[in-house]
Amino acid sequence: MLKLLTKILKTPKTVIDSREFARDQEVEEVGKKIEAKVKKLFRGSLAIREVDTGSTNACEQELTALSNCFYDVERFGVHFVASPRHADMLMVTGPATRNMREALKRTYEATPDPKIVVAVGDDAIDGGIFKGSYAVLDGVSKVIPVDFQIPGDPPSPKTILGCLLKFLETLDKR
Amino acid sequence: MLILTWTIQLLAIPVLSPLFTGVIRKMKARMQNRQGASIFQPYKDLRKLFNKDEIISQDASWIFRFAPYLIFAVTLLIGAIIPIFSTYVANQYLSNFLVVVYLLALATFFLALSGMDAGSAFGGFGSSREMTIAALAEGGIIFSFLALAPISRSGNLFEIAKTISTLQFMQFMPITLAFAGFMLALLAENGRFPFDNPATHLELTMIHEAMILEYSGKRLALIEWAAANKSLIFMALAVNLFFPWGMASAGDGSVLLALLWFVAKVSVICAGIAFVESTIAKFRYFRLPDLLFTSFILSVITIGLITFF
Amino acid sequence: MLNFSSQSLFFISLLLFAVGAIGALLLGKNDRKANAWGNMLGCMGSLGGILAAVRVLFWGEKFSVSFDSSFPLIRLSFHLDNLSAFFMLVISLIALLASIYALGYAKHFFGKYNLGTLGFLYNLFIAGMLLVVTAGNAIFFSIVWEIMSLASYFLVVFDRQDKNNVKAGTLYFVMTHIGTAFIILAFLLLYKLTGSLDFSVMKNNLGQTPVIFKNIVFVLALVGFGTKAGIIPLHIWLPSAHPAAPTQVSALMSGVMIKTGIYMMIRIFMDVFPGAPLWWGLVILSIGAVSSLLGVLYALSEHDIKRLLAYHSIENIGIILLGLGSAMVFLSLDMQALAVLGLAAALFHTLNHAVFKSLLFMGAGSVIAKTHTRNIEEYGGLIHLMPQTAFFFLIGSMAISALPPFNGFFSEWLIFQALFSGINSAGLLASWVFILSAGALAFTGGLAAACFVKAFGTTFLARPRSEEAKQAKEVDLSLRIGMGTLAGLTLVLGVLAGPICKVLVRVAGSLGNLQNAQAAANFGIFSSHLKNNFAALSMPGILFFLLLALAVTFVLVYGTTRKQKVKIGRVWDCGTDLSPRMEITATGFSRAIITIFGGILQPTKQTAVEYRDADMRYFKKTNVVSLKTKDVYGSYLYGPGQKLVERFSRYTKKIQSGNINAYILYIFMTLIALIIFLVI
Repeated sequence: MLKLLTKILKTPKTVIDSREFARDQEVEEVGKKIEAKVKKLFRGSLAIREVDTGSTNACEQELTALSNCFYDVERFGVHFVASPRHADMLMVTGPATRNMREALKRTYEATPDPKIVVAVGDDAIDGGIFKGSYAVLDGVSKVIPVDFQIPGDPPSPKTILGCLLKFLETLDKR
Repeated sequence: MLILTWTIQLLAIPVLSPLFTGVIRKMKARMQNRQGASIFQPYKDLRKLFNKDEIISQDASWIFRFAPYLIFAVTLLIGAIIPIFSTYVANQYLSNFLVVVYLLALATFFLALSGMDAGSAFGGFGSSREMTIAALAEGGIIFSFLALAPISRSGNLFEIAKTISTLQFMQFMPITLAFAGFMLALLAENGRFPFDNPATHLELTMIHEAMILEYSGKRLALIEWAAANKSLIFMALAVNLFFPWGMASAGDGSVLLALLWFVAKVSVICAGIAFVESTIAKFRYFRLPDLLFTSFILSVITIGLITFF
Repeated sequence: MLNFSSQSLFFISLLLFAVGAIGALLLGKNDRKANAWGNMLGCMGSLGGILAAVRVLFWGEKFSVSFDSSFPLIRLSFHLDNLSAFFMLVISLIALLASIYALGYAKHFFGKYNLGTLGFLYNLFIAGMLLVVTAGNAIFFSIVWEIMSLASYFLVVFDRQDKNNVKAGTLYFVMTHIGTAFIILAFLLLYKLTGSLDFSVMKNNLGQTPVIFKNIVFVLALVGFGTKAGIIPLHIWLPSAHPAAPTQVSALMSGVMIKTGIYMMIRIFMDVFPGAPLWWGLVILSIGAVSSLLGVLYALSEHDIKRLLAYHSIENIGIILLGLGSAMVFLSLDMQALAVLGLAAALFHTLNHAVFKSLLFMGAGSVIAKTHTRNIEEYGGLIHLMPQTAFFFLIGSMAISALPPFNGFFSEWLIFQALFSGINSAGLLASWVFILSAGALAFTGGLAAACFVKAFGTTFLARPRSEEAKQAKEVDLSLRIGMGTLAGLTLVLGVLAGPICKVLVRVAGSLGNLQNAQAAANFGIFSSHLKNNFAALSMPGILFFLLLALAVTFVLVYGTTRKQKVKIGRVWDCGTDLSPRMEITATGFSRAIITIFGGILQPTKQTAVEYRDADMRYFKKTNVVSLKTKDVYGSYLYGPGQKLVERFSRYTKKIQSGNINAYILYIFMTLIALIIFLVI
C-alpha cells in the first residue's frame, strides 16, 4: 500500500496541454449545420456513445486512449456513457456493415435530441479500405445523417481530441 | 436569522451534493495521474440534461414517468430532517432514524420498479441486485444507528448528535466499530467500490446504472441528482452522528463556521471514498453479502459493548 | 341502527349469517340468485358485526351471556369484551369487503360448481370465526372452532376439479385436527386445574397451580394455536391451502382466520393466566423472529403468486408474535406500561395485516381470474390492461413493505420501539433475544420489499410473457370497489394511526394482567411519542411533507423544462429484437437471494435431457431444468414423525391378532385386574 501511494505521488504530470490540440486541425462539417446554441449547450458537458459498425477496432483503441492520463478527455467535460439514451454525441466507427444497419438506426433513434453524429476514421466516412465490398454499405452517412467527419486510418487521439474541441469551439472561447 | 438557517438547511443537500460528487471524481482522477474534470462539472452535466429532450420507451407505464419525481422528493425531505450544520433546527417528530431508513427504502422501491418497467434486458437484473443489496444493507444501517441510540437515550438524530459530542474518550471507542459498520453500508447503498462501479460500461457488472439505462433528459437529471443527494445524506449522517463536533447550537453567526466545518468533514470522507476506489477492485457479487453481514455484526458487537459495560 | 345494544346487534348479525347460509343453499339451482343472496347477507351480517364491535369498543357495552342447552356440559356462552370486540371488528371489516368482492368474483364459478353450497359454507365460515372470538366456554369454543375449520376445509376443496386442491385440503384437514387435539388437551388440563370450563372462572382460579402444569398448558396451547396461526414449523398447510381456496376465502383465511390463533394465544397467555414466567415470552419472541425471517425467504423462492402471499402471511404472523412476545417479557419483568405498548403494537399489526393482505389476495385473484394461471412467469404488462387493479396492488405492496406513509410502517415502527425498549431494560439473556429479534425484523423488512418489487414488477410491468396475459381485461366494478376500499383504508389507517393506537391501548389495558396500566407512549392525532422521549413520529406530518416535496419538485421541473419535448420510442434493445423471454423472470430476480441464503433454503436443481438419438447422445432434443427448494420440514420433521407413528401403529396392531381365544384372554385379564383394584 505504501509503495503504491509513494508511486502515485512521485509520478510526474503527463497530461498534454490543451494548447497542443489547437494547432492545424481542419474541421470537416458535413450535412446540416449544427446550430450555435447546440454547441453552446454541449460546450461544458458532453456525453459520447461510441458505436462500432464493424470496424477493425483500430479507431476504438484510439478512442479508448482518449481517457488515459496523457490525453484526459474528462478535463474538458467530455465523458463516455453506457447507453444512447444518456448520450449527446454518437461517435461511429467502422464502414457500416449490412448486419449493423438496423442496430445503427435504432441507436440513432434512441438518442434524444439535440444530438451530434460524428463519423470517425476513413472507414466510417466512405468505406475506407473496405469500400465496394458486398458486406458493407460504404460509410455511415448512408444509414444515418452525419454532422462531422474525422479523417484518418485511424486518426490519432490528438487528432480526434483536437477536432472534438474545434467542433464545440471550446478552445476558441477560452 | 431563523429563516436564513432554515433556508440553508433545506437547500444544503440539493445544492451541495453535485459538488461532493465532483470532488470524489477529481480526487480519483488525481490519483490516476490525470487532471480530471473540475469539481463543478456535475452542475454542468445537470444543466445540460435539463435542456435535452426525452425519449420514453413504449412499454413503460406511469411508474417510469413518476418515479424520478418521487425519488428526488424523498431525498429533499430527508435532507431537511437530518442534522447538517446545526442542532438548532431540530424537529421532534420527523427526525427519527427509522423514518430516514424507511424513506430511503421507499425511494429504492420505486427506483427498482422503474428499472423493471421498460422491459429492457438489463433493467430487470439491475433491480434484482439493487433490492438484494438494499435488503441486506438495511440491517447494517438500522443497527449502526441503534448502536448510538442507547447512549443518547433517544432515536432522534439531533439528540444523538448532541449527546455524542459530549462523550469522553473511553465511552467513544465502541462507536468507532459502529462507524465502520455504517461506512460499509454507505458504500453499499451509494453504489461505490467494492459494491458497484459507478463509471462502468459493462452492463453485466452494473447495479445502480443498469436500472437507469432507459432514462434520458430531465428525468435522468433528477435521478442522477437524487443519487448525489443520497450520497451526501449518508456522508452527512456519517460525520454528524459519529463525529458531531463543530455543529452550531444557536442560530447566529456560528452557522457559517459550522457550514465550513461540515464541508471540511465531508471532504475527509470523500477523500476516504476516493482512496478506497483507487486502491481496491470491485468484489465479485456473491462476496458482497459477507461484507454486509460483517457490517451488521460490527454494530451488534457495539450494542453489546455499550449495553453491558 | 346504532340504537341497538351490542348484544342484540351481535345476535342479529349471527342470524343474518344463518339466513344467508340456508337461503343460499335453498337457492342453489339459480347461480346468480344464490351468489347474490349469499354475499349480500354476508355484507349485512358483517355490518352488524362491525356495529356491535364499535358499540363495545366506544360505548363500553361489554356483555357476557350464556344459555344452557339440553346436552349436558354444553353451555352456549358468549363473552364479548374489548379484545373480542377488536377481533370481531377486524373479522367483520374484512368479511364485508370480501363479500363485496365475491359478488363479482364468483361469476367465474357459474355453471361449474353449485354456488348455493359456496354461499352456505362462506356464511357458516364467517359466523364460525365470529363465534370463535366470542366463545366463553371451552367446550362451546371447541365446537365452533371445529365448525370454522370444517367450513374452511370444504371451502378449500370447493374447486375440486383440480387434484392439487383436494390434496391441499387433506393436508389442511390433518394439520388443523392435530392442532385441535393439542388445544383440547390444554383445555382438559385447565379443567382439571380449575374445575371449570368457563374462561372467566378459570381466570380466577389459576392462582395457586404448580408451575409444571402451567408450563405444560403453555406448550400445548402454543402448539395447538400455533398450528392455526401458521408458525414455523407448523406452517406446512398454509402455502397449499390458501391458494387452493376461492379468492374471497383466501383473503379471509389469510387475513383473519390465522388471527384467531393469535386471539386465543393473547386470551390464554395474557388474560387467563395470572402472570407469565420470562421464558414464555422469550420462546414466543424466538418463534416470531424465526417465522418472520423464514417466511419471507420462502416467499422469495415462490413463483405462484398466491403461495407467495401465503408465505408472507407466515412472515407477518411472525412480526405479530414479536410484539406479543415482547409484551409477555415486559409483563414478567413487571413493566406494565411497556407490555401495553408491545401488545398494542401486535394488535395494530393484526389489523393492518388483515387489511393489506386481503387487498393483495384480491388483486391476485383478479389477475388470476383474467389470465387463468397462477404462475407469475406468465404475467407481464398487465398495468396497461388492468390499470386500477395494478394501482391497488401497488398500494398493497407498499403497505406490506412497511413504506411510509402507509399503515404497515407505523405498526412495524411501534414493534421496533417495543423491541428497542427491551434491549435497554431487560436482563442479559432477554436483551440478547431482543437484539437478535430486532435484527430479524430489520432484515425481514428489507427482504419483504425485495419480494414485492419482484411480485409487482413481474406481474404488472414490462411486456406480456404469454398469450393469456395479452388478452387480459380490467375486472368488474364490485371487485374494484372491494380492492379500492381496502387500498384507501391502508392510507387512512396509516394517517390516523395515533388515535387508533389510543383505542388499542384501551383494549390491551382491559386484559386481566394489565388492568389499569397506562401505555409507555402518548398517541395523538398528529403525532405519537414514547413517554421516555426515546422516539416520536408524526404520520400525518410525513404524508404532508412528502406531498409538499413532490409538489415542489413537479413545479420546479415543469417550470424550467417547458421547452423540452418528450417522445415515445422503442426500448433500447442494443439493436436486436426483444422477445418477452429477455425480460427478467421472477425466478431470475430472486436467484441471488436464494443463493445467498442457500444454507437455509436448500435450493435444488434438476436437469432432464432428451437426446435425438438415445444411443449416441450427442444432439439434445429437449433440456428441462427444474429449480426448487428442498422440502426441509417434510424430510426432517414430518417424514420421520410419520414413520414413527406408522411403526408404532404396526407394533400395537399385534394386539389385534384375530384370534378369539386371545380376546377372551384379554377380557379375563381385565376382570382379574378390576377385582384386584376394587379389593385394594
